[in-house]
Amino acid sequence: MSQWSAAPAPFARRLLTVLGIDELGVYRVLRVADVETPEPRPGQFAMLATAERWGGGEDERPYLPRAFSIARRRIGESHFLLEDVGPGTRRLCELREGDGLWALGPLGRGFQPPRPRHRAILVGGGVGIAPLAILQDALEAEAATDVTVLLGFRDGARAQGAALLHGARVATDDGSVGHHGLLTELLSQELYRDSRAEVYACGPAPMLEAVRAMCATRDVPAQLALEAGMACGFGACYGCAVPKRGGGYLRVCVDGPVIDARELDCVSEHAGAPS
Amino acid sequence: MSHGVEFCGLSLAHPVINGSGTFDAIAARRAFGPALERDFPFAAYVSKTITLAARAGNPAPRLWEAPGGLINSIGLPNNGLDGYIAEDLAQLAELPVPLITNVMGSTAEEFSALVGACDQRPEIAAIELNVSCPNVKTGLDIGADPQQLAQVVGACRASTRKPLIVKLTPNAANVPACAAAAQDGGADAVSLINTLRAMALSPQEGGERRPWLGGGTGGLSGPAIRAVALAQVAAVAARVSIPVVGMGGVQRSSHARDLIDAGATLVAVGTETFRDPATGARVAAGLRALRRTGEGFPTA
Repeated sequence: MSQWSAAPAPFARRLLTVLGIDELGVYRVLRVADVETPEPRPGQFAMLATAERWGGGEDERPYLPRAFSIARRRIGESHFLLEDVGPGTRRLCELREGDGLWALGPLGRGFQPPRPRHRAILVGGGVGIAPLAILQDALEAEAATDVTVLLGFRDGARAQGAALLHGARVATDDGSVGHHGLLTELLSQELYRDSRAEVYACGPAPMLEAVRAMCATRDVPAQLALEAGMACGFGACYGCAVPKRGGGYLRVCVDGPVIDARELDCVSEHAGAPS
Repeated sequence: MSHGVEFCGLSLAHPVINGSGTFDAIAARRAFGPALERDFPFAAYVSKTITLAARAGNPAPRLWEAPGGLINSIGLPNNGLDGYIAEDLAQLAELPVPLITNVMGSTAEEFSALVGACDQRPEIAAIELNVSCPNVKTGLDIGADPQQLAQVVGACRASTRKPLIVKLTPNAANVPACAAAAQDGGADAVSLINTLRAMALSPQEGGERRPWLGGGTGGLSGPAIRAVALAQVAAVAARVSIPVVGMGGVQRSSHARDLIDAGATLVAVGTETFRDPATGARVAAGLRALRRTGEGFPTA
């Protein structure tokens, strides 16, 4: 089966075993043994919760599972990129080899392959670089597409996350690594050099909105991997709605998380992603 | 010994169904493929709430993680009655279990029109009236006022011979009195509890504290409300003679058994399905095991 197709997710959460957790600057790469999961399409995600002590933390949280992009697949393994920003992510960062992890997935609509003879520009910010790693793997396996990787981080400790991909140009807000400034300044240079490109972006909402606006102005197709607070990940809770162009809402979990930028008037600062 | 249950003339394979609005079978088919039908976790499928006109739902944010649960302010997004019949019904009719359609109106006339339209559809086995959704301005008072409730149920009763289930609001001064009013109006069953009205303030320090949810207030569900649900189900089951569908914070078969021992005929799972879509099947299997071992479980 092609890496761009997606088999349905198993219809129950499954208990996986943690193989290890690796430091990557302020981030953690969580590696779990995962033999039976159907091969995900780049951009798909899973809902994760620890098997033990999920709950009873700050404010008796976490309760809901947390949505994570599948960052990478290796034979028999799935990898996820974590950043400790709240009770759920904190608990996940505490996992150790041999611990249990509940996982439901792969879920959602992933990235579409680039149009023929179009360069792929991968644009990632912060922990949002995760789905671009598995995307880079898929694009390079086909060898038919030129791939450019642009990654942005707040500071040097976070910029170490760039090692999840390879060959990246990096921008930092504080100038400690790479370009001192906005990621979209690098994107602008790349599009000026050759605008026959397809942009794949994931990161904080202001970054995605800047990417969306730039691509719209220059008529460059863009696929945006969105984040939103969600309780379920499979279309049941309707919690992850984002406004779509022309009125109404899209559900990030089943209509996305990868959304064609033309379906949105803007990427608004979402609120409510349980962390 | 059969695990089956008779409920309002419907023969169900087991006593576990879903709470309205907690499982979208059409979206689930996209996520899980043919396994949805093969391993369908519920003995009947309750649709999300259908209204006469289409609704987009509330602005974001719609969720807040609460201690042991969740506050939602979704706002009943749906395609409206015509959209439901034209687009959803054929897909829901393919499910391997009876279809219960949940409807909400803002007046007795609206309720009656919705119920009358459902009555015409052979795909629909039973109708549930949402008189209790606490995050929508319309319909709020109907379920909390026994007199109004009996009037609405009476109007719906005149519009259908299909089983009518009234989903009670827990946000009422006297829930058993409301259940009795539903029974007097002609309901075949009552279901409870719906979510408890709840609120969260935005977490930002300093500045004006605003309600976090786009809809202002929302409804609390999950394990946090389980003990409230048990008390209300017990009180209602003691008051009415029609069957009771019990729900609220069910995560395991022991929680379902508590509700059945308190007088419920069926049990619904909701929020726990968000954490694991197979929850309904797991709870049903656990109840089956409890029944096999005896343990004082009532037999059909």
